[in-house]
Amino acid sequence: MRYLPLTEADRQSMLEAVRATSVEDLFRDVPKAAQLAGPIGGLPNHMGELEVERLLGSMAAKNLPAGSVPSFLGAGAYRHHVPATVDHLVQRGEFLTAYTPYQPEVSQGTLQVLFEFQTQVALLTGMDVANASMYDGATSCAEAVMMANRVTRRKKAILSGGLHPHYRDVTTTDARFIGFEAVALPAAPTGGEDLLALVDDKTSCVVVQNPDVFGHVRDYTDLAAACQAKGALLIVVVTEALSLGLLTPPGDMGADIVAAEGQSFGNALNFGGPYVGLFAVKDKYVRQMPGRLCGETVDADGRRGFVLTLSTREQHIRREKATSNICTNSGLCALAFSIHVSLLGEAGITQLAQLNHAKAVQMADKLAAVPGVEVLNDGFFNEFTVKLPKPAAAVVEELAKRRILGGVPVSRLYPGEMEDLLLVAVTETNTDADMDAFAAALTEILGSGVLA
Amino acid sequence: MSMNNQGRPSAIPAGSAGFDSVTGTVTGNRGLQIEEPLIFEQDSAGRTGVDLPDVPKVASRLGAVKPRAKVGLPGLAEPQVVRHYTRLSQKNYAIDSGFYPLGSCTMKHNPRLNEKMARLAGFSDVHPMQPVSTVQGALELMDQLAHWLKTLTGMAAVTLAPAAGAHGEMCGIMAIRSAHEAKGDSGRTKILVPESAHGTNPATAAACGYSVDAIPATADGRVDLEALKAKLGPDVAGLMLTNPNTCGLFERDIIAIAEAVHAAGGYFYCDGANFNAIVGRVRPADLGIDVMHINLHKTFSTPHGGGGPGSGPVVFAESLAPYIPVPYVTHGKDGFALVENAGDGMAFGRMKAFHGQMGMFVRALSYMLSHGADGLWQASGDAVLNANYVMARLEDVMTASFEGPCMHECLFDDRFLKGTGVTTLDMAKALIDEGFHPMTMYFPLVVHGALLIEPTETESKASLDQFVDALRALAERAKSGDVAYFQAAPRLTPRRRLDETAAARKPVLRWTPPVPAEALAAE
Repeated sequence: MRYLPLTEADRQSMLEAVRATSVEDLFRDVPKAAQLAGPIGGLPNHMGELEVERLLGSMAAKNLPAGSVPSFLGAGAYRHHVPATVDHLVQRGEFLTAYTPYQPEVSQGTLQVLFEFQTQVALLTGMDVANASMYDGATSCAEAVMMANRVTRRKKAILSGGLHPHYRDVTTTDARFIGFEAVALPAAPTGGEDLLALVDDKTSCVVVQNPDVFGHVRDYTDLAAACQAKGALLIVVVTEALSLGLLTPPGDMGADIVAAEGQSFGNALNFGGPYVGLFAVKDKYVRQMPGRLCGETVDADGRRGFVLTLSTREQHIRREKATSNICTNSGLCALAFSIHVSLLGEAGITQLAQLNHAKAVQMADKLAAVPGVEVLNDGFFNEFTVKLPKPAAAVVEELAKRRILGGVPVSRLYPGEMEDLLLVAVTETNTDADMDAFAAALTEILGSGVLA
Repeated sequence: MSMNNQGRPSAIPAGSAGFDSVTGTVTGNRGLQIEEPLIFEQDSAGRTGVDLPDVPKVASRLGAVKPRAKVGLPGLAEPQVVRHYTRLSQKNYAIDSGFYPLGSCTMKHNPRLNEKMARLAGFSDVHPMQPVSTVQGALELMDQLAHWLKTLTGMAAVTLAPAAGAHGEMCGIMAIRSAHEAKGDSGRTKILVPESAHGTNPATAAACGYSVDAIPATADGRVDLEALKAKLGPDVAGLMLTNPNTCGLFERDIIAIAEAVHAAGGYFYCDGANFNAIVGRVRPADLGIDVMHINLHKTFSTPHGGGGPGSGPVVFAESLAPYIPVPYVTHGKDGFALVENAGDGMAFGRMKAFHGQMGMFVRALSYMLSHGADGLWQASGDAVLNANYVMARLEDVMTASFEGPCMHECLFDDRFLKGTGVTTLDMAKALIDEGFHPMTMYFPLVVHGALLIEPTETESKASLDQFVDALRALAERAKSGDVAYFQAAPRLTPRRRLDETAAARKPVLRWTPPVPAEALAAE
């Protein structure tokens, strides 16, 4: 057993030291009926590295890696190129195998990273402060709503029909169990919602997404002002954090809380997780925030250092009165985010965002030229919605047979609805050849009659 | 004393006591301990650590939104970024570098095979919304992990969705609530939680709209069964109990506890944070538990990463099995399928944007396969033996709170420090100078000045002996009256004790650009 250092001789001498006759003797407080007599049945015995690699390798081989084919999938998870430096640094054992930095004197590395991460998130979102991360964008969104309820002492959230339906579902699930109202508007693939009309004196917040789940980008400055006038907060959700490198940030539009998914920076697709939730607010709401916060201070010698702070908001101190029950968050994913953003810097992030947008514009034009295909968006960042003359799910299956991952059918997110709509995301990883192959395959599928 | 902009002395201060008080070097560095400014303090405009292709010349299509003028990020080249994070990493204590006996956190070795497996392109480079026909291996892996978790716990169902332990607790309590609601029972407003519980337990129950009623402990550190029975009734939705409990003890009355909870119509939630003590030896279902979360980042060795990501699958007994969130994997006629929408069936909703922490699932299954049934039996046995050994070797100089045997962790309190002027915190900080990460301090709350030590099975006897010798010496030193030594600890760390009160009083939670000199002059 390669992970167990005790030898049989060690075990014998240790049993003597603890005055026990056997290891089983140490389990004597466990009811006899519940003690297994030996290793549990129905599971294999231990394996060497080689055998484990073979077994898991065979499962991995049954999947189609997005990077091995032209891939245009988005809908809240984006395939970006992650510089080699990122994965090298996050695998340093001092980062990888450390716990939450409860002992700051021996955790200054993690703490300084968190302080820098919080600053990067604040800068990107245009907000005053950010926390040290949440589980993912969807849980950030739900926590943002609950925070707005605390701040306003109201209990009704208005969720835009442009909000990612999984984010909506996480929020309405919490609403049902935690006891607040979440009014979710119907999907709005072409926009045109009158959110403000729904805001009344019971409304704690309005939740919009930018770009929204259909890819539309909007200026929410007027909505922010109108919410403020009615005593409600504006929460802006961002599922493609790279868009913050190009678009006017939510903070500049007047958002009170930004809840975002940070996967685009530094984190692989990983079939949906782990990702990293970003959470940023205006200064005045800091003490109502969920999650961990890292702050600057000085040590006994007057030198600058960092600690976890304002923990009187948190569960390990406040218990049932905490602002959230969150404990473990997404530390290592936040580190990966931070390293990638550091590598990009101001010049890199701007260029990368422009590159994504320009390629998406090119792709939109190529798809709009396919007979029967219509692009629904006027404004978008790197993802847009197309209307197809055939059911999108069937088209996507046909594309997959031709080894092209051609986007996310909207009906996968909204079962039984909008079956002709397809979400298409384009990033720097898509070559001109990828884009041409996609347009050509789509033309062929729609024109050939393979789909009745 | 002259200071640079990092607040470090830039020369040996006059009259200083030398290396013990401050870093008396010109640079502020000290051999391998190198000072590192914030990344924002290393900016040079226009510099970047990536080379990107030129942006195609197309008219932008941003609708009504204007492009932003600037973000405000610093520019660094790749070597600077590598050095920055490498230096920061060297200011961290980690399992890779030493013993990390943080009670209740199960800081065991993180096998690198798991990292390699999680990075296979077939797992890491797969999009959550790919057609299910292209992700059959990913669904098979989730199904296999579910099989191991159900077998090890004896439970009927599992959800892999929750992102961490506390998220799993939320999921479990939501399932309990759903089950009561399905029976039309809306009178249950209370969750019982022992005083020794993790803070997340009452926080979770309260977040789900329940009031929390605390159960006292007996003199031997366990749930007071009679007090529990007295609180049970038609208003109790369930009990949240950690077992082995946070005092490191197995709840001897657990079967009677479960029966009492069930007799009163409640459900029994177990906080599985301490599953490492019994994994592969005791199946929670056989103890009468209805629902339990499992921290893959504790029991199944996925790395803690400085505070996550975790993963908190939840197992359910038959009675609660229908009430799990989406998504989940099923076996269809064409292989594996993924149920993603709550519309059909009794799923109570959704916890997370996608399918759970896949990266952690791969690592955990890699760990399980490596150990196998025989290895897990040995691992939990060694974890318990190591904790009992530490307890036996310390109980004559420190005060164990309860009589053993303990399970995978042992609990001491600060009675042995009485009258010395040394606190639990001081002991912990002195231990840092000896090259160890401190144990968990001041938790659980049921004893005064708690010191909770969890060695895990991946420590050698030599490592335990060194730790015990250091702790014995410190206990003797405390009793000898050398308070000043403890209060000045730690001395040898990159930073000495940090002023947490100042940090909270006037929070500085981000770097802000320095105000230009002209602007200051104009004020």
